[in-house]
Amino acid sequence: MSQTATGEQKLVKLTIDGREVEIERGATVLQAARKLGLEIPTLCHVDWMEPYGSCRLCSVEVIRDNQRELITACNYPVAGGLVVETMNDRIRKVRALVLELLLGRCSTVPLLQDLGRQYGVEKSRFGSGEEGCILCGLCTRVCSEVVGVGAIAMQGRGLKCRVGTAYDEKSSICIACGACAAVCPTGYIKVTDDTRREKGVPLEWPTGPTTAIYVKTLQSVPKVPVIDADSCIRMQTGACGVCATYCEPGAIDYNQKPEEIEVDVGQILISTGFQTFDVSKLAQYGYGRYDNVLTALEFERMTNATGPTGSRVVLKNGQEPRAVAIIHCIGSRDEKHHRYCSRVCCMYALKFAHLVKDRTEAAVYQFYIDMRAFGKGYEEFYHRLLDEGVTMIRGKAAEVVEAGWSRRDEGVLLVRAEDTLIGKFREIPVDMVVLCTAIEPPYDQEDVARMFSISRSPDGFFLERHPKLDPTSTMSDGIYLAGACQGPKDIPDSVAQAQGAAARILQLISRGFVEVDPIRAEVVEPLCGGCRLCNNLCPYNAIEFLPEKKISRVNEALCKGCGTCVSACPAGAITGKGFSYPQIVAEIEGLFAKHVPGDPK
Amino acid sequence: MSWEPKIAGFLCNWCTYTGADLAGTSRLQHPPNIRVIRMMCSGRMDPSFIFKAFEAGADGVIVSGCHPGDCHYQSGNFKMLRRAHLIKRVLKDMGIHPDRFRLTWVSASEGDLWARYSREFTDTVRALGPLKLNAEKMLDGSSATHPEAA
Repeated sequence: MSQTATGEQKLVKLTIDGREVEIERGATVLQAARKLGLEIPTLCHVDWMEPYGSCRLCSVEVIRDNQRELITACNYPVAGGLVVETMNDRIRKVRALVLELLLGRCSTVPLLQDLGRQYGVEKSRFGSGEEGCILCGLCTRVCSEVVGVGAIAMQGRGLKCRVGTAYDEKSSICIACGACAAVCPTGYIKVTDDTRREKGVPLEWPTGPTTAIYVKTLQSVPKVPVIDADSCIRMQTGACGVCATYCEPGAIDYNQKPEEIEVDVGQILISTGFQTFDVSKLAQYGYGRYDNVLTALEFERMTNATGPTGSRVVLKNGQEPRAVAIIHCIGSRDEKHHRYCSRVCCMYALKFAHLVKDRTEAAVYQFYIDMRAFGKGYEEFYHRLLDEGVTMIRGKAAEVVEAGWSRRDEGVLLVRAEDTLIGKFREIPVDMVVLCTAIEPPYDQEDVARMFSISRSPDGFFLERHPKLDPTSTMSDGIYLAGACQGPKDIPDSVAQAQGAAARILQLISRGFVEVDPIRAEVVEPLCGGCRLCNNLCPYNAIEFLPEKKISRVNEALCKGCGTCVSACPAGAITGKGFSYPQIVAEIEGLFAKHVPGDPK
Repeated sequence: MSWEPKIAGFLCNWCTYTGADLAGTSRLQHPPNIRVIRMMCSGRMDPSFIFKAFEAGADGVIVSGCHPGDCHYQSGNFKMLRRAHLIKRVLKDMGIHPDRFRLTWVSASEGDLWARYSREFTDTVRALGPLKLNAEKMLDGSSATHPEAA
C-alpha cells in the first residue's frame, strides 16, 4: 500500500464507536469525537486552552489488543488505528462516580445537579458540601496562559485546595478583564464592583460595546467586527488571541496599525455628524449625583433589546420606576449654551414616553418649552401620546433634587418647574429623570472646517452655500454636506440631504468635466522684473521662478485666484483675470458717477 | 433732502460678501449707503483702490474680509491687515480723516454683524460730513494742514 509521505504524516485514522474518522496528528480523542458529532461531557476543558484533565468527566475507553483502558479524552492524543468507545456501562459508572464526588463537594451547583441527573446521581454518598468551586483550574489557567496576568492561582493542598489571589489580598495585577468569571463552568467567580453595595444591581449602563472585539452596530457597513486596541488583552499584553483561534478564515490580524491612506478624489461629502451636550455643565439636573438621572442616549440604550437591561425600563436598584420625568431642551434653546433648537428631542422624548407607558405602569411627565412636532405624522403621534395619558407640563424644569424626607420617599427625585400654562410652581416626585441633551457640533468641527476651507455658522455647524436654494453644497466647490454636521437634523432630513448631495456629486461625475472659475493671476512677461516678491506670498506655491528667463510664472492649475500677488507686485506685472486694475477702477468710477439715478448726494 | 454719505465697500468673496448677502436674505435692516465691490480676497486690495475711491467721490471706504485664520486663501486677510495700518497713516497725511477708512472681519454666517458694521460705519462717516477734497489738493502737499487731518 502506497501512501504519500505528507498524507501519512499529517492525518491519522481511528475508530470511535465503530465509526472511522480522519484527523490531524497531534489532535486529541475529544476533538476526533466532536468531529463525528459525538457528545462527551467536559467541565475543565475549552478548545482554546491546553487540555488539563482535572475533572475526569470526559473519561472514555481505548481498546488495544483486547485490553480496555480508561483515558481522559480531552488530553489523549490520537494515534493510527486507535479504537475508542465513548459510552458503555463502565464509562457511565465512572462518570457517575466523578459527578457524585463533585456533588459531594458542591451539592448546590445547578450544572452538576443537571449532569448528575443525566447519570442517575441524585444525592451524593460523600456528603453535601456547599462549595461553588469544582477546582477545574480553568480560571487560573485563563488568567496565566491566556490573559498572561496570573492574578489568581490554586492555593493550599488536598482538601484545603482553593482558588485565590496572592495572600488573599486584593490583587494589584488583576486587570479586571473578567475572563475568569466568563470561563468558570459553575458561575462561582463573579466580577463585582466594590464601590457598590447592593447585590443584583446592574453595575453600569454601558452605552457602547461590552467586549474588546465587537460589531459596531447591527446596521454597520461593512458589517465586520472591530477590535478596541485599548481593551484587547492580546494587543495590550501579547497573550490571549482567543478570537483568532475561533476565526476559521483567519481574518483576525492583531498587527494592524492605524494608517493614513491617500485617496485621489474629485468631490467630498462631509457627514461628520454631531456630539451630544455635556450635561455635567448643568449641575442643577443632578446628572452624576443621582443614580436615576439618565441622558437620553443612556435611556435609549436601556430600551434597546440588546441593551444592558434587555429593553426593560428599570431603576438602578432593579425596580420598575413609578414615575418618569422627561426634561426637554437640556443645553438647547438656552441663552447660556446653545440658542438653537436641537429639533429631534421633542419627538424622541415622545417616543420615550410611549416606551415607558408600553413597558411599565409608570406615570410619565414631559417638561417642555414648546412641543415641536413638525414632521410628517409627528403631530398625530403627539396626540396619540396625549391619549395614552402622558402628562405634559409646559415649562422648563429648573432643577432636580432628592426628596428623601420620609422612608417612603427614599430615592425619589423631585423635579421643580414652573407650569406656565397654569402659572404655578410645581414639584413632581419621580423615580427616574431622562435629560434630552442638545445636539452640538463635534469638538473638532473647527479643524474639519479648516481642512476643507469651509465656513461655519455662528452655532458652530458647517455653513451651506445657500440656506434655501443650495442646502447641500458649501462655498468650496466639490465639497458637500449631509446630516447633522450642517445643523441638528432627524433621520428623514439627513437621508434627504444625503441623497440630494449624492445626486449633486453624480451629476458632476456623469458630466465628466468640471467648470472652474476663470479667475486666475497671470504674469505679463515683459513687465516682470524677476524680483520674486510674489513667489513667497502665494499661499498655494503656484508662482514659480524661471531662472533662464529671470521672471516669475503663475501655474494656472494651482492658482486659486485670490489676487494677493496682483496687489503686491511692485511692477504691476501681474493681472488678475476678472479682477484686473482697469476693471476694478472702472467699477469704482461707475459706483460714484454723478448721474446715477437715486443718488443720495 | 439731507446729505447722505457715499461709501465704497470692498468685500471678500468668501466671507463678507456672502455675509452681506445673508444680511439681505435675512431681511436685516441696514443703511443703503455702502456700495459694494466684490473682491476674491481682501489680500487683493491694492491701497490704490482706496485712494481711487476717495478720489471718485466716496466719503468713506470699508474693507471687509474673513476673520484672521479663516481666510479662504489661508493668509490674504493678514496681508490686508498689514496694509491697513499704513493706509490709515497715508490717509492722514493726505488730509483725509483716518476714520473714513475701516477694516472689518465678517464671516459668511455673520449677516447681523455686517448689518451692525455698516450702520456703525455709515454713522461715523455721516458725523464726519462730506469729504471736501480735490485731486489738486491731494497732490500739492498742503494736505497736512487740511482741517480734517486730526
